[in-house]
Parts: sequence; structure tokens; C-alpha cells
Amino acid sequence: MTTTVTSHRTRPPAQPDSLRAKRLPWYAAPAIAVAALALSAVVVYGTGIGGPVLVVVLGAILYLVGLFAAANVVEGRRSARNRTWSALIHSAFVLAVLPLVSVVWTLVSKGADRLDVNFFQTSMNNIGARDANGGAYHAIVGTLEQVGIATLITVPLGVLCAIYIVEYGRGKFAFAIRFFVDVMTGIPSIVSGLFVLAFWVLIVSPWFNDGRPSFSGFAAALALSVLMLPTIVRSTEEMLRLVPAPLREGAYALGVPKWKTILRVVLPTALPGIVTGVMLAIARAAGETAPVLLVAGGGAAINTNPFENNQSSLSLFVYQQAGDASKYAPARAWTAALTLVALVLILTIAAKLLARRNRLSR
Amino acid sequence: MGETPHRSADAGTGGTRVTQSHEWPAGASARVAEAPVTTRSPGGTGLGGGGALPRSRKFGAERAFRGLTLAAGTAVLVIIAAIAIFLVAKAVPALRANTENFWSYEGWSPNDTQPKFGIGALAFGTVLSSALALLIAVPVALGIALYLSHYAPRRLGTALGFLVDLLAAVPSVVFGLWGRDVFSSPVRDFSVWLNQHFGWIPLFGGDGPFGASVMLGALVLAIMVLPIITSLSREVFLQTPTANEEAALALGATRWEMLRTAVLPYGRPGIIAAMMLGLGRALGETIALALTLGITFGISFNLIQNGGNTIAANIANAFGEANETGRGALIASGLVLFTITLIVNITARAIIYRRREFTESAA
Repeated sequence: MTTTVTSHRTRPPAQPDSLRAKRLPWYAAPAIAVAALALSAVVVYGTGIGGPVLVVVLGAILYLVGLFAAANVVEGRRSARNRTWSALIHSAFVLAVLPLVSVVWTLVSKGADRLDVNFFQTSMNNIGARDANGGAYHAIVGTLEQVGIATLITVPLGVLCAIYIVEYGRGKFAFAIRFFVDVMTGIPSIVSGLFVLAFWVLIVSPWFNDGRPSFSGFAAALALSVLMLPTIVRSTEEMLRLVPAPLREGAYALGVPKWKTILRVVLPTALPGIVTGVMLAIARAAGETAPVLLVAGGGAAINTNPFENNQSSLSLFVYQQAGDASKYAPARAWTAALTLVALVLILTIAAKLLARRNRLSR
Repeated sequence: MGETPHRSADAGTGGTRVTQSHEWPAGASARVAEAPVTTRSPGGTGLGGGGALPRSRKFGAERAFRGLTLAAGTAVLVIIAAIAIFLVAKAVPALRANTENFWSYEGWSPNDTQPKFGIGALAFGTVLSSALALLIAVPVALGIALYLSHYAPRRLGTALGFLVDLLAAVPSVVFGLWGRDVFSSPVRDFSVWLNQHFGWIPLFGGDGPFGASVMLGALVLAIMVLPIITSLSREVFLQTPTANEEAALALGATRWEMLRTAVLPYGRPGIIAAMMLGLGRALGETIALALTLGITFGISFNLIQNGGNTIAANIANAFGEANETGRGALIASGLVLFTITLIVNITARAIIYRRREFTESAA
């Protein structure tokens, strides 16, 4: 054995190429990139068919082709494919980052214009087309009330539904509920708005309102509930399934009835996860515009009563200001959008941080 | 961020952990103890040792609680049924009043004394813009997901994944506003360029004005569904068993071959689920399209001229001045949208569920 090793060592490697495949030198990729850009610039400006953007796009395509060709010659076909796909995957990333960065940048730069105290203390009541001030106080009130009521409706319903699916339900019926909760996640927000319009605004609300249909913040809360329910059921269900069986069995062994086990042992254990799911659902609901537009109507004045008359919401405020002809409207729209995004992001980030501290992590 | 519990949104992760239990409730092993057993109550008889346990009462808290949860579970089915029933109830009178064919008429004037409205152009616009958006978004989203899960350094991948999740939470009205105020001008330039050089293709024909077009709407939609598809498929890719990946690499596969042979097949159901969810969101998207499309009624494949419309955007735009029949007509169009999304969703879920049972039995 030793002899073979020593003999192997003493002999110079006869065919290193077969052991170690040839690789493109490190400078090959940048060199090809520069060449591709130069060629593309020559082609584009030579024929006069476009500007710098086209140079970059054409250059990227030429780079991919050139890289594939060079690698194909030196490293072989498989490695060339590998390089090309790797470049494509990286460029997909760059391609997607550009618009998203632009969204964030616009939001911050345009939203900062009207980010003053006045914006958060005034409504749009008596604000004409030539008034530069005006704010979103009424919209913030609306959003908080609508989302709050929707949460009050959805959380008990959703958690109980999840408990049924996980703890009690079995057989076809429970499967059907599970399936339709999944399907319900895909219901468009506008359809939920139309449903509440047809059901609550046009049919039920006339009973309370002298026979005339009435928009209200509560109707918006109902529409948001339809959207929040499946999210909450699904996340609660997942968390309940993660509660270790020995906890339940321990409770049963002590003679605790099942309902009490669920309320006192299972739910508290799963609580952080459930809260996370609820917060994500709230964040989603706060950003919905279409249902609020259909059933709450929007309005310029402050209305703190969610059960009567029109109410606005932050997202609806953005939409209405975006459609407003006043030259001051875009600034208000962007500031409201910034406020809305901040609200949603704070909720989301808090939810995710809470999820990290969750003991029931997988 | 693998520990965030938003896996709820995708059911198709292909993992067996969640799926194993959907036949039996958790804790089923302890079903023996289901009946409320009140051991503390003195059994009465005072038999030494093994006295009979007291019988469960017929209407105890247990039954009440079980009934409550059952009612909550049933509520989901009731809500879905109610959506269909109420939409139909409000749509039928308007459809009766319609003086044109609902399916083929290209136009929307339900508020006239002779109501005329048709869903054809709207449904076409909805499908066209969603399909385009998905066509653009899916390859890019899969690329990002692969980058985040298999190319980027681990910490960077986690941080960027967190960022993508945050972007998925940005409300659609913000994207709509951005699309209208910022993104429309580069798209207009691009449209003019396309028209100049590729005007002979009918897709890019026409003579302006350009900008508020199907292309702008579809691009904004694509940017909106991108984070959703990315975040779901990234999770799926991260769940690929390391053994499979290492086996592929050990057999001499390049990184791309490893992705193609080990990661992508494993994640296929998850990718389909993510696409379907993205499609569902694109079909139902309202405000972003109401802000970016130049509203017209007509069936045209032209992508760059001002125009385009979708069912949802039309509801948002036309709702303000709708009268009784107008509302009914909008509800009828909403019913069509509901049916389309329901079909898409049920198909997606059925694929996922069947696939899941298959993998489960194979495992």
C-alpha cells in the first residue's frame, strides 16, 4: 500500500486534464460582459434603434450567448448550461429588485411631502380643490374601526373553526370544511365586497334605516371578515397541529375534560402562533380597498360611528385622492399610502418577530 | 425565516408532516378520554378500588363546546353558499332587464332606460391581463426563489426572503398608485419604441396614445404577484431533502443539474400551488388595475394602446354612478368573476390534495 502511494507521489501527474476539468479563468465572465456591452452599444447606436436601456438589455442577451459559447468550448456543454442558468437566475433577481426598489423609493420620497402633524389631525371636510392642507384623520379612524370590528368577529369564529377541524371534526364533513377554507382564501376582495353589498347594504340595512340602503363602516368590517376568516383558520389550524400530543394526553390522564384541555392547555400553548396569524390577517385586511369602496362608501368628514353613514379608510383615501383632480391630491395620496404601508409593515414585522420567539417552531 | 407560520397559505408543500394528520384530529390517540370524566366527584357507592366511573352527562359543557366549534366550522360553508346565493339573487333582476346578450355584447351601459351590458370584453380583459402577468412573473419569481434558496449566501437569503415577505404585504392600492404615477412613463417610452420597430406585429400595432395599456396593467400585476409566488416557492425549495441534493451533487451533477433533478421535481406541486394562488390574486385584483388601465370596452389583443379593462376594475370604476340595475349588473359581473376564481381555486386545491395523497401513500 505504501509503495503504491509513494510511487504515485513520485510520478508526475500524467493526465491532469482528465482528473480536473478545464475551467474558464476568473476574468472570463467580466471580459465577456464588457465585450457584450461594447458590441451592443456599437449595434444599437450604429443602427440608431434605441437608447442606453436597449444597450443594457441587448448587452445582457449577448453576454448570456457569449458566456454559453465560451464555456461550451472550454468547459463542455453541461458546465456551459450551468453557467447560463446561474446567470439567468441572478438576472431574474436583479430584474425584480429594480421595480420593487422603485416602489419603496417613490413611497418614501413622495410620501414625505405631506408628512406633517396637520395631515394626521384634520379630515377632508370642507377641503376644496385649491386647498393645500387636509388630512387623513377620518380615514385612519375608519381603518382602525373597521379592522377592529372585523378582528372581533373573525378571531372567535376562526379559532373555533380551526378547533373543530383539528380536534373534533373527522370524516368527509371536516374534510369539506378544510377544503372550502382553502378555497375561500382565493375569493377576490371585490367579490366579498359585492356579497356584503348584496346581503347587508341592500337587504339588511334598510330595516334599520327607514327602508333606505345605507353604507356603513360595519358593512366594510363584514366584508373584511370574509377575507380574514380563511387566513386565521388556516394559521390557527397549523399551530394547533403543532401542539405536542403528550400535553393533551397528560391533561386527559388527569381527568380534565376535552373542552377544558383545549381551552386551558392547547390554546395557550399555541397562542403566540395564533396571534401571529391574526396579525398577518389584520395587515392584509387593512390594505384592502375594493370592499371598503363598495360598502362603506367613503366620505370626507370624520365619522366615528361605524354603524351609520359613510366611512372612509386609509386605502380608500389613497384611491380617492389618486382620482382627485386637485393638484394637491397626489401628495395627500402618497402620504396616506406611506402611512398605510407603515401600518401594515409594522404589523407584519411584529408578527414575524413574534413567530420567531414561538416555542412551537418546526 | 423558515419558522414563520405562513405556510398556511400554500397547502402544497409536499411535506408529509402536516398532511399525515388531516384524517385524524390531533390527539386522536387519547380519544378514550374524550368523555368528560369527573373522577373527583365521589362515585357514591364507595366500592373499594375500581368503582365504575360516572356516566357522562347528556348535555354537558363538552357537548356545548363541541357544538359551538361545529357551528363555527359550518359557518365557512354557509358563507360560501351565501355569497353565491346573494349574488345570484341580486344579479337575476338586472340580467332580466338587460336588452342585449350578456355574454357577447361589448359595452357597459346598464344605467340607461334600455340597459345594455355584456361581460365578454371584461372577462377577456381579465383573463388576458392575468395570463400576461403570470407569464412575466412566474419565471422571474422562480428565478428569485432559486437564488434565495440555493445561490445566495444563507444569511443574505434569509434577510432577502424576509424582505420579499414584507413586499407581499404591501397593499395593492400602493402598487396601483406607483404604476400610474411612476411606472407609466417608462412603459409609454417602451411602447412607443415597440410600436416603432415592431408595429407590424398586431400585438404592438396601433397609432397611440400609448401608456395606460394592458401592458402597463399586466406589468404592475406581475410585480404584485411576484412576492407571493416567490415566497411560496422559496419555502418549497428550502424543504427539499438535503439528502436528495447531496446525492445529485455526489453523482457529479452541476448545480443547475442538481436543481433540475432534485429540487424542481420535488417542489412541483408547491410551484403549481403558488402559481394558482398568484393567478387567483391576479384575477381578482381590482384597484391596481382600476388605476392603471385606460378603460375601454372591446376585445383587442393590442397590448400597448390605451385600453383594457377587467371585471374587477370595471366594478370599482362603474360603481359610483350605478343605479339599481347598474348595481345588479355589476353584481352579475362579480358573480362571473367569483365563478372563474372558484374554478381556478378548486382545480388548484384538487391538484394539490390528490398529489398529497399520492405522496403520502408512496411514503
